[in-house]
Amino acid sequence: MKVDVARDLEGALALLAADPTADVLNGGTDLMVEINFGRRRPEAVVAIDRVGELRDVSLNGTVRLGAGVTFTTILERDCGSTALREAARTVGSPQIRNAATIGGNVATSSPAGDSLPVLAALDATVHLRSARGARAVPFAEFMTGPKKNVRAADELVTALEWNEAGPAQVFMKVGTRNAMVISVAGLALVADRARKRIGVGLGSCGPTILRAPEAEAFAAGLFEEHSWGPFAASEVACAEFGSKVAAAARPIDDVRGTAAYRRHVLAVMGARALARVARTA
Amino acid sequence: MRLSLTVNGAVRAAEARDGESLLTFLREELALPGSKNACEQGECGSCSVMLDDALVCSCLVLAAACVDKRVETVEALSAAAGAGAPGLHPIQQAFLDAGAVQCGFCTPGFIVAANALLARNPEPCDVEIREALSGNICRCTGYGKILEAVHAAATGRRP
Repeated sequence: MKVDVARDLEGALALLAADPTADVLNGGTDLMVEINFGRRRPEAVVAIDRVGELRDVSLNGTVRLGAGVTFTTILERDCGSTALREAARTVGSPQIRNAATIGGNVATSSPAGDSLPVLAALDATVHLRSARGARAVPFAEFMTGPKKNVRAADELVTALEWNEAGPAQVFMKVGTRNAMVISVAGLALVADRARKRIGVGLGSCGPTILRAPEAEAFAAGLFEEHSWGPFAASEVACAEFGSKVAAAARPIDDVRGTAAYRRHVLAVMGARALARVARTA
Repeated sequence: MRLSLTVNGAVRAAEARDGESLLTFLREELALPGSKNACEQGECGSCSVMLDDALVCSCLVLAAACVDKRVETVEALSAAAGAGAPGLHPIQQAFLDAGAVQCGFCTPGFIVAANALLARNPEPCDVEIREALSGNICRCTGYGKILEAVHAAATGRRP
């Protein structure tokens, strides 16, 4: 196994251009499990954890988060999304959050990736770079299946970008304990009052991170009725929203839960999420 | 692959095997068996070390990518021991005094994680201790004595 340590972005891109079969190593919390269990034996690895350019955070109406930003950083400083902070809080443990990065979460593209429903709900853009050039892909078009995405072998996910959406946003997750838990179902709801936009992202409830267009349209109607100001959503409206969220799911039965349970908890989380977000100014 | 890095304050060099984790590199190439190998997937925290001042699971770190990094293992804590029995760090002594050790396999990871907590938060409350140790699993003690030990180490008194 050839291991190259990239010192800067240009160096990392040159290494990947020279050997696109190389695996990219950032925090290591996904790749090392594969290696430890003998499920993967990379011929070559490019370590990008020392690439400073990937750790930039800029907040200026538009949020741009470098791919190398760890979940500890997202938890400890303002990274332009309260829902993303809530999601970061549920990632692994302090040890995992100190190593794991948002770019790794995106590039690994597990349907259970905790930050991903938030990025979907925020309508985030994934920035990719290679020695051939740069491109930006909407998150909705980035992930194509479980652990599959449109990243080319010589490309790096360099940053995530979205419009700051205000405080009316939430992330919720169901799992078997409070730490070290892979999501059974995750939900992000973003109500961008300024842009009059609702985003819903579902995690662990389909082959990719799903949006819930009917639930979004329903919630947008409610917010419109209240001129996009804060309001107390009725129980009936919350339940209706929850059932539309659950209807958008395409879950399977697996070791972590059944499809029926996932639909059930999505409905419950959806109702709670709407109640909380509606009253948040 | 030949690898040189700083471990517990000293520059150490050895051959890292293909795909070897920092954990097995420390244990098998550098003869530092304090960090324990259990789950190999970051779930149990027995292998916790400080890597460039961040608490991480050394089983999830590729040794070959650690060139010139700084690692501190549980062995550094006993070497830096102050009060208490010879060779024991105050946090280790507090674990002993509180009965926070049963089989002891998880203890080094807990000691390293507790030390990382107390370094940034000298007087943590129960919730903060639970959160800071949430990546460390103990199958014997039920955690009560571990919480006591960390409180005791924090206040510098014996339980």
